[in-house]
Amino acid sequence: MTEIPAHPPPATLAFRGFEYAAAPESRAIVRLDDAYGLYVGGAWRDAAESYTTISPATEEPLARVGQASAEDVGAAVAAARGAYEDGWSALRPAERAKYLFRIARLLQERAREFAVLESLNGGKPIKESRDVDLPLAAAHFFYYAGWADKLEYAFPNRRPRPVGVAGQIIPWNFPLLMLAWKIAPALAAGNTVVLKPAETTPLTALLFCDVVRQAELPPGVVNIVTGDGRTGAALVEHPDVDKIAFTGSTEVGKAIQRELAGTGKRLTLELGGKAANIVFDDAPLDQAVEGIVNGIYFNQGHVCCAGSRLLVQESIQEPLIEKLKRRLTTLRVGDPLDKNTDVGAINSAAQLRKIEELVAAGEQEGAEIYQPPCRLPEQGYWFAPTVFTGVAQSHRIAQEEIFGPVLSVLSFRTPEEALEKANNTAYGLSAGVWTEKGSRILWMAQRLRAGVVWANTFNRFDPTSPFGGYKESGFGREGGLHGLEPYLRFDEDGA
Amino acid sequence: MSRVPVKKTYKLYLGGAFPRSESGRTYEAEEHNIAQASRKDLRDAVRVARGATGKWAGMTAYNRGQVLYRVAEMMEARGAEFAEWTDKLAQVLGGANPVAGPYFNFTMPEPTGVVGIVAPGEPALLGLVSRLAPVLAGGNTAVVVASETHPRAAIELAEVLATSDVPGGVVNILTGRRDELAPHLASHLDVDALDLDRGDAELERAAAENVKRVVLGRGDVQSPYEISSFLELKTVWHPMGQ
Amino acid sequence: MTVSSAKVLPGGFELPLEPRLPRIGAVDQVALEERAASLAKRSIKKESKLQALELAVRMMDLTTLEGSDTPGKVAALAAKAIQPDPADPSVPSCAAICVYPNLVPAAVERVRGSGVKVASVATAFPSGQSPLAVKLRDVEEAVAFGADEIDMVIDRGAFLSGRYAKVYDEIVRVKEACDGAHLKVILETGELGTYDNVRRASLLAMAAGADFIKTSTGKLPKAATLPVLLCMLEAIRDVHDETGRVVGMKPAGGIRTAKQAIQNLVIVNETLGPDWLTPDRFRLGASSLLNDVLMQIRTQKTGRYQNPEYFTRD
Repeated sequence: MTEIPAHPPPATLAFRGFEYAAAPESRAIVRLDDAYGLYVGGAWRDAAESYTTISPATEEPLARVGQASAEDVGAAVAAARGAYEDGWSALRPAERAKYLFRIARLLQERAREFAVLESLNGGKPIKESRDVDLPLAAAHFFYYAGWADKLEYAFPNRRPRPVGVAGQIIPWNFPLLMLAWKIAPALAAGNTVVLKPAETTPLTALLFCDVVRQAELPPGVVNIVTGDGRTGAALVEHPDVDKIAFTGSTEVGKAIQRELAGTGKRLTLELGGKAANIVFDDAPLDQAVEGIVNGIYFNQGHVCCAGSRLLVQESIQEPLIEKLKRRLTTLRVGDPLDKNTDVGAINSAAQLRKIEELVAAGEQEGAEIYQPPCRLPEQGYWFAPTVFTGVAQSHRIAQEEIFGPVLSVLSFRTPEEALEKANNTAYGLSAGVWTEKGSRILWMAQRLRAGVVWANTFNRFDPTSPFGGYKESGFGREGGLHGLEPYLRFDEDGA
Repeated sequence: MSRVPVKKTYKLYLGGAFPRSESGRTYEAEEHNIAQASRKDLRDAVRVARGATGKWAGMTAYNRGQVLYRVAEMMEARGAEFAEWTDKLAQVLGGANPVAGPYFNFTMPEPTGVVGIVAPGEPALLGLVSRLAPVLAGGNTAVVVASETHPRAAIELAEVLATSDVPGGVVNILTGRRDELAPHLASHLDVDALDLDRGDAELERAAAENVKRVVLGRGDVQSPYEISSFLELKTVWHPMGQ
Repeated sequence: MTVSSAKVLPGGFELPLEPRLPRIGAVDQVALEERAASLAKRSIKKESKLQALELAVRMMDLTTLEGSDTPGKVAALAAKAIQPDPADPSVPSCAAICVYPNLVPAAVERVRGSGVKVASVATAFPSGQSPLAVKLRDVEEAVAFGADEIDMVIDRGAFLSGRYAKVYDEIVRVKEACDGAHLKVILETGELGTYDNVRRASLLAMAAGADFIKTSTGKLPKAATLPVLLCMLEAIRDVHDETGRVVGMKPAGGIRTAKQAIQNLVIVNETLGPDWLTPDRFRLGASSLLNDVLMQIRTQKTGRYQNPEYFTRD
């Protein structure tokens, strides 16, 4: 008979709730170099200047990465041009597809490694990088690999051909996923690329270069140049780039559009948003709360299509807000590498300052602030999930993109009023509608001026589904057949 | 004795009517007096075009196609092919997307809104129709800065439109100086897209202010994909469940 | 008694609905299932795990509901419920044993003095397809035999054909017949078809005076899933928010592993809070679950993986 050590019985019969395990995903799977260069023409090249990239959860330095100069960018573009002309564009499409399938498979196999690195460098919870970013990134490569040799079906009678060299600039909120959104269609269409990851999140892009190597992609097809805004500007200004794809803030997007004026270069922009998440009084309330929470606290609200404005029908406002506030108390803010964490770190000190400034403005303008009790770590960049109620359309927190875990709540009485308020913005990226009434869903969807309408759901993405904005949220679509178009030229273009 | 010919003053086409320029100015082109639109006329035109978007986009695609087809007939079949595309665009450009999850997902094209067209200098009528037809077929409304040197073709088009079933305000044609009018059109924050006859750094830069979709139109191409430059794609998701 | 003449019960509230009652509302399947799945991924601290496992034992209604049940079988079950792990006396007793009415006398005899309750199924369990008079008599006999708790079934035929008043009235009458015995109302969620219906049936049962709402009879394969649990807990929460009334929850059927039991407890924790983590407000209807929980408890205490043969089968 086994001996069972004595355990004192529980002190009282009343159970005071669970403490969740610190359930950390091990960092050991990631092997970080001390320093990285730039990946140009299939080889590593040192940049003259470098900077340190950190973990925003702890401010711990992770590695030194290159600050690519205009010259470095030039070399990358030249490598891309060389690769384009030396055979990539002439390669049989089915062969191109094979490289993309390899990349997709490698991303799946190394998914754990990439997910940990993504959370470490960017601050997002491991459960998101593992369950959302990585699977979607691999899926994008799989999806576009399949189109590579079917372009004639996608664009019949138009004789689709690649554009040439694409310059791609991506943001820090979904570093690897945005890389996949850019590179997969570009390569499938027969182009070569020079991609600049965001300044604060270079590491998964640099690790991706190892996947490129493993996939034996011909040198120069994918080039990665790290650096800050100066590197991006150099890429945009380079005369031998045929097309620029940019995802980032509306302000920078406009600057790029101005810069490219008169050059004839192709451009797509995926910019900011201030999406309205509209809840009607017949909505499934508890699920609507989940949708609201997902809409603004997923990825700490660092999402261009975040549901940052809650428009709630006045007749249901009180119970909905009560449920929402209570739900916020179950959000776990903490170590991104902890599997129980729901809300991770703010990506940078700069972004944290912006959030703080706008939140202060919100309080000053007279909105009521609510934050659940939250023990935030001493080191690192953190912001508690926040809800502002009593927000008016004219408040800054109703107009400006905060890009943080801050929700502004406004109310409406009728569907027309909801529509008016939802559309009353220069942005037009996404919107949410919650109602049980089918005809109302379609009526609202038809009238909402937004590129993506989520009805009774939120933050759903898929490689087959076109994503992009109306108005100042940008132009062009990523995903689906339409995601290939910006990377192709057709007969009617006279090319 | 021969009659002295009367010199007609050609007016603007705005909101379905033919007003003079609020500035009262005219200029001479093709041996006629042409109203010279001011930036205030342009401002009014954009307001009217925006006001007309609801009605025009609200018509069924079938209806729009019929209206445009009649216009094309009157124009001797120019632009007819675009009219036939109105009720087929959604099928070519849109559809259900097979997403990996229990969601119904479909994409549908929609008009972008108000399109500013800087018409080609020449060939005047053909160029204008080939730019206007795709814009209208997509359900947009238009504010056109007509050819400065050859405005009469635009005005004749206006007369055809005025007697057609195209609602007033859907097409607005301003005659006058390109250099005076185009910059205001390009920088107007309530214009959604800009169709230019040729690359123009200054106008394209001005267009960036509200992230306008800038299209460099080719006068000689008759592809239905010209229409898609003036369309927005909207994708809708809904869970499939109980 | 009809719906319209139903009096305000000490433990219930009237129908038809008034503004002070929770909205019937709708439930979105896809979102509900996603939320339940994400809650299932929580991992709890090692120390808390042992407490959770012991709590699971204390919350268990150890059940035998077979045509072949005998006093001998019930005696064995009772012994198990009182002392689940003879090798480890510190493991607490279960909350109750759950049997058919004919076996109540034997059960009462066996648990006397132990603190373990006797719950009896009644109302023509499991189908509920008998006249009300018969169902009420079933309850009265079980209570007379000494049952502390009654687990009744709702008339699903009436519910699905829209005769909600009949369903309500029957619960009210059964509650009266319980004469103070604690009433659990089984919704048989596997037959209700949609989460909307699960919510409606939950609200209906609570309105009629249920002390606990319960998922299933255990006789159908589709039983107590995590999304169903979440749906019912949300209804309980709404009733509590709007009327102050406390109603308990009992998932039953299909919970076989300690891992599942803990997932259930986590969902209760994050939906209703720690106040609901007590046998007075949450029970687990199970039979084979107990041994898996006991194995996990011993693993936690000894650090060794266990062998099922070392745990008694009763």
